[in-house]
Amino acid sequence: MQDMSLDDIVGNPREYELTFYDGSSRKVYVTEIEAPYPDGKLIVSRTDKAGIITHVNRAFVEMSGYSKEELVNQPHYILRHPDMPRAAYRDLWDTVEAGKKWHGYVKNLRKDGGYYLVYATVIPNIRNGEVVGYTSVRRKPSPRKMAEALTLYAQMLLEEQA
Amino acid sequence: MSYLMTISPDFAPELIAGWYIFNTWLQKQLGEGIHLELFNDFESQREAIRNNQIDIIYANPFDASMLIREKGFTALVRPVGKQDEAVIAVNAARSVEQVEDLRPGIRIASTDDPDVHMMGMIMLEPADLNVENTERSVVDSYIIVAKQLIRNEADVGFFLKEAFDNLSNFTREQLKPLVESEISIIHHSLLIGPRLAAQQDRIRELLLHMTADPKGAGVLESLGFQGWEHIDEEDVEFMIDLMDTLV
Repeated sequence: MQDMSLDDIVGNPREYELTFYDGSSRKVYVTEIEAPYPDGKLIVSRTDKAGIITHVNRAFVEMSGYSKEELVNQPHYILRHPDMPRAAYRDLWDTVEAGKKWHGYVKNLRKDGGYYLVYATVIPNIRNGEVVGYTSVRRKPSPRKMAEALTLYAQMLLEEQA
Repeated sequence: MSYLMTISPDFAPELIAGWYIFNTWLQKQLGEGIHLELFNDFESQREAIRNNQIDIIYANPFDASMLIREKGFTALVRPVGKQDEAVIAVNAARSVEQVEDLRPGIRIASTDDPDVHMMGMIMLEPADLNVENTERSVVDSYIIVAKQLIRNEADVGFFLKEAFDNLSNFTREQLKPLVESEISIIHHSLLIGPRLAAQQDRIRELLLHMTADPKGAGVLESLGFQGWEHIDEEDVEFMIDLMDTLV
């Protein structure tokens, strides 16, 4: 997957190299600038079974900082933030591939290097008994639960890096 | 054979006459007898659905999910440009300016409209409020939700946006909206049951062409609709998947 471009970054970034489950990797730039979640909105996206984005709504485009064209046909991990542990995504995929609904608190990476915090729900789209893809809906999180999740993720990251 | 039509109990009371006019128009077009039955609440309507009594329904998105996945109904059309959105409001005299200013123990007034209540509770989550640290009173109409706020019998009220916008100016001026949903994907739809399945294409065509027919256009006006638009199975499945992520 294409590296992030320093030309898109706002603020002073840190640089990371992320490696994804499919073996691909990406250079990302991260700042401490939070984009506040807009009241009342839902961020909605759909992917195929492989996690490739097939549909995004306007709130997704606005919050991610990418255009719709830059998002569709890309892996959903285009939003992966280096502060998120791999185990959280493993849990997500294990859950939805088993045909179940997954909930969790997620820190997502924006195109400009900033981040936004969400409570995400992912469900498998079942048509005629077959999983054909996944729908993900993100909403404004409870700040208390989000803070608890971020603390846990920091510990999990340390363990993953040990 | 006679059929039974019903309307989601969250319809605006001033549109009752419009639904009777619509039913008369549809009977004439189809040459079939259709009885319009209006239920006072969601539970009594669901009982009729469970007993397979309903053939045509203008359904709330929650019930559409059950009708399609469990009762073999098919969604035909939805009203053009009408989405279900919710508003959380408080008494205008309160010092509360945003959802995050609300505290545990608040009293919520809402109707038994399931999608509005769900959207309202989701919009309270950023204040760490949930079913366990709030009190809910279920009332019969959005007018009563407004009255409870004005009399300080409730701290926040959940409204269907359309109902909030239709409150009288005098009532609305005594209320302060804190947040409105902007979901855009959740909507009511018109569904038909298995007994009418053979007439599905014919009914859909009649509805889609109502705007082109002077009588049909008048009927739409009495319902407050600009027209109907086609929805296919995947549109409805998508909405149901989305609803599943929210419950």
